[in-house]
Amino acid sequence: MRAIRVLLATVAVVVGASACSPIQPWVKPYEREHLADPIMAFDRNPVSSAYLDHVFEAREGARGASGSAGGGCGCN
Amino acid sequence: MSFFRRWLALAVLGAGALGVAAQAFAGVLPEDRADVLYHRYQGGGITIDGPSVLIRKKIGEKFSVAANYYQDMVSSASIDVQLSASKYEETRKQKSISFDYLRGKATYSAGVIDSKESDYVADTAFFALSQDMFGDLTTVSLSYKRGWNDVFRNVKLADGSKVRDDTFRDRVDTRGYSVGLSQILTRNLILAVNYEVITDEGFLNSPYRSVRFATPGGGFSLEKEIYPRTHTSNAVSTRLKYYLPYRAALEGSYRFYTDTWGVVANNVEISYTQPAFKRWILDGRVRYYKQNAADFYSDLFPRAQSQNFEARDKELATFDSIAVGVGASYEFTIPRVRWVQKSTLNARIDHLTINYDDFRDATQNDPANGIVAGAEPLYKLNANIFEVFVSIWF
Repeated sequence: MRAIRVLLATVAVVVGASACSPIQPWVKPYEREHLADPIMAFDRNPVSSAYLDHVFEAREGARGASGSAGGGCGCN
Repeated sequence: MSFFRRWLALAVLGAGALGVAAQAFAGVLPEDRADVLYHRYQGGGITIDGPSVLIRKKIGEKFSVAANYYQDMVSSASIDVQLSASKYEETRKQKSISFDYLRGKATYSAGVIDSKESDYVADTAFFALSQDMFGDLTTVSLSYKRGWNDVFRNVKLADGSKVRDDTFRDRVDTRGYSVGLSQILTRNLILAVNYEVITDEGFLNSPYRSVRFATPGGGFSLEKEIYPRTHTSNAVSTRLKYYLPYRAALEGSYRFYTDTWGVVANNVEISYTQPAFKRWILDGRVRYYKQNAADFYSDLFPRAQSQNFEARDKELATFDSIAVGVGASYEFTIPRVRWVQKSTLNARIDHLTINYDDFRDATQNDPANGIVAGAEPLYKLNANIFEVFVSIWF
């Protein structure tokens, strides 16, 4: 029982501390100029990349996980 | 290709063009943009060409709609067709529409895809959610898709016309789940990781394709292929993209794939993008793919009905392939059209070579001259893939 209390207290301290100091972005928004360049898009031409994915998928046994998770750089 | 994979590829095409399958633009809606593309695939006795039109438009600050129309006009005298059927022509039409809703750091996406051809009708619905976090350094996305497919079979009449065979009709039901993560690592480097599970149940082979089995004297006979009625696959991929100091981009990607049919595949890809002469963007890429055969695949079975499941679909064979491609994009202006912010003319060509390790060219079988079944030359596919498209941002 004591161990559980210690564990809960530790979790509370860690959660509390993290709430006070959230993870700081190590690449600031004003440092994302390069990432915002269109040449850095994972999918610069969706109509073309979708077609090529289709060509490969139709001729190979493998499928799936071919998309990107998007930009996510908050640059625009 | 197997009927089901053909549908799946179309679903990928639709969802991919709409930018929704395991993909997220969390926090930012897609740009208003229209693309009109002409595509042409030529190789292995097959020519497939047609248009693709994709339009994305924001509605207010929080909504965006995307619509895609895609068409394949197929003329096939492939090696499969040469062996057990006659040359055919077919048209596939696919329409899809999706909506994005932006709410704070989250984007909700939903859409439908409808694909029709004379012997296959596929309907797919999908939903995706993506969320920006950690100061927009990280985007997490989740997506789910559901497919309902009807499989038919055409028969050729004596006058050459095709009609649907009323004695055959089956279904394929599919579900796909994916999770993705994109992460800004440095001011010049971004990472994306995706994991996708797809499971399907139903008639997963082709109602036309045959397997072959050996007969005395070095020849062979044909019988219909039989696949399991369930199939589940797992794929995980990772992509890294790096901004080079002189304004160019270098990307590397890797995918690992495994499924319940015993196929294990790996592919790697490297691409390079280089802006040039103010208005041009040039890029090139190399993609290498390798897989082993499905457990129930064989180029030549020892006798008729020698296994419960039998396949001779070359997409389930052991092979490796390499694709090399180059593309160019030219930015131009349209005089006196103020609503167009930017426009580009784009062209791309890729060359694909597939080397099969256990799929032989059965049309070369000639026992009288010593080429017995199982000793024919291995098949090799060479194909060229062309794309020309215009993109307009408005």
